[in-house]
Amino acid sequence: MKVLGFLMLLAGWFLVLAAIVLFAAPPFRAAFVLTGIAVEALGLILAFRSHLNPREDEE
Amino acid sequence: MPAPRLTEVTTVACLFFIFLVPFAAAGLALMNVGLGRSRSAGHMMMASLCALAVAGLAYFVCGFSWQGFIGSPGHVLTLSGKSWNWIAEEPLFFRKLSFDGSATSLTALFQIFCVGLAALIPLGSGADRWRLRASCLSTGLLAAWTYPLFAHWVWGGGWLAQLGVNYGIGRGFLDAGGASSIQVLGGLTALAVTWILGPRRGKYSADGMAPAIPGHNAVLVLFGCVLALIGWIGLNSAGAILFTGAEASGAAMIGINTMLAASASALTAAFITKVRFGKPDASLTANGWVGGLVASSASCAFVSPAEAVLIGSIAGAVITFSIEWLELRMEVDDPGGSVSVHAVGGIWGLLALGVFGQFQRPVLNVATDSLPGAMNGIVSGQWLAQLIGVATLLGFVLPLTYCVNRLLNRFYPFRVSVEGERQGMDLHELGAGAYPEFVTHTDEFLPR
Repeated sequence: MKVLGFLMLLAGWFLVLAAIVLFAAPPFRAAFVLTGIAVEALGLILAFRSHLNPREDEE
Repeated sequence: MPAPRLTEVTTVACLFFIFLVPFAAAGLALMNVGLGRSRSAGHMMMASLCALAVAGLAYFVCGFSWQGFIGSPGHVLTLSGKSWNWIAEEPLFFRKLSFDGSATSLTALFQIFCVGLAALIPLGSGADRWRLRASCLSTGLLAAWTYPLFAHWVWGGGWLAQLGVNYGIGRGFLDAGGASSIQVLGGLTALAVTWILGPRRGKYSADGMAPAIPGHNAVLVLFGCVLALIGWIGLNSAGAILFTGAEASGAAMIGINTMLAASASALTAAFITKVRFGKPDASLTANGWVGGLVASSASCAFVSPAEAVLIGSIAGAVITFSIEWLELRMEVDDPGGSVSVHAVGGIWGLLALGVFGQFQRPVLNVATDSLPGAMNGIVSGQWLAQLIGVATLLGFVLPLTYCVNRLLNRFYPFRVSVEGERQGMDLHELGAGAYPEFVTHTDEFLPR
């Protein structure tokens, strides 16, 4: 889950880069950038959840 | 490509502002010490000093050569006919840099302080458990690679700054005082370090409770806030002059905006904690103060004082709730509140520039011969440029800094031994306590 989270962060960033290069029309570009950020948000949630600490009695 | 020229008055004013920046480092170091435990106080101050030293040297060796300055030669990738400046190609060891009071030499001076400031931020998160040598190695990587790379994109005429010229997205990604390259970068490194280190022993119990481990000296923390204000006025003013082309006469408004944002943020944090807990909380108010300073950094030169108050107020609220949310829900044990204050506060500041920014003068964030569109335009979409910068911080800088530190942790473990944590970092790593008359507390190591 940890690796997946970071991969999604990277994937979201690549979507943002792609939006800059591929779309000239501002609305499409903005929509694509927002999609990339949504993917990053999912990746961030996964990264946070994968770092929740095991309880000390479970160690 | 020529770098922006500075008048004599602006050069002198800029030098003065740059020499204020170390006060911000002193303020952050004191805050980190005060928010940690008494048995690690000396260690934290020692780590702060070492971080400043390592960061300065690493930046001198290769950091500046990757970062460069506006108009410096860089490695360019051409995509769909547009040039993307990815990294500078200056010589190592400041060679070919003439110390003649030019914008280039002032940039080098400013950056050598800024990189130290960025290096101090993760120390607050790793308090009470991050080994000294490991923190020095991590700082070296930050100063030699992570910081220069991103700072080049923003402050060295890199691809983020070029978004306006190349694609007509606002004036490109803007950040006058280092909200992104110093604060968010430092805050995200703090998050990575916290994840790698794990929480302090006794922080999260089996029943899901997270008992507060209060800082040991509120006076140090609050005094650090005052020092930080002095440093931030220098940071925001010098950054605005060097990286956005502001005149020295604009420093009055920048100083006012910095002060107002910090004030509004601190009072909002004090009010929220008073309403929720019955009494204002000193450490959260201090975090609110610094969070307001952080939030003011990006937009200090482009917003009105009233907007600075609004930006600060929102920062104070967001940071207060973020600290609680990260600690209790996400189990991020961050004694200094660095992640919330610097990363969350910085991101809000960057977005606020996109929302509130007004551009009544040319913005010189790229080389002057490639400016016509950005200077005169009626270009819109600054919010999108800011959003792209934030996406780059989260999508590229966070994974990068996490991987780099994780790799380092594999070869040189970050975390001190259980015995060291029990004993305190002062005794374990330095051989002497900061407060020798104090006894060591061991309550959290008792069997439950």
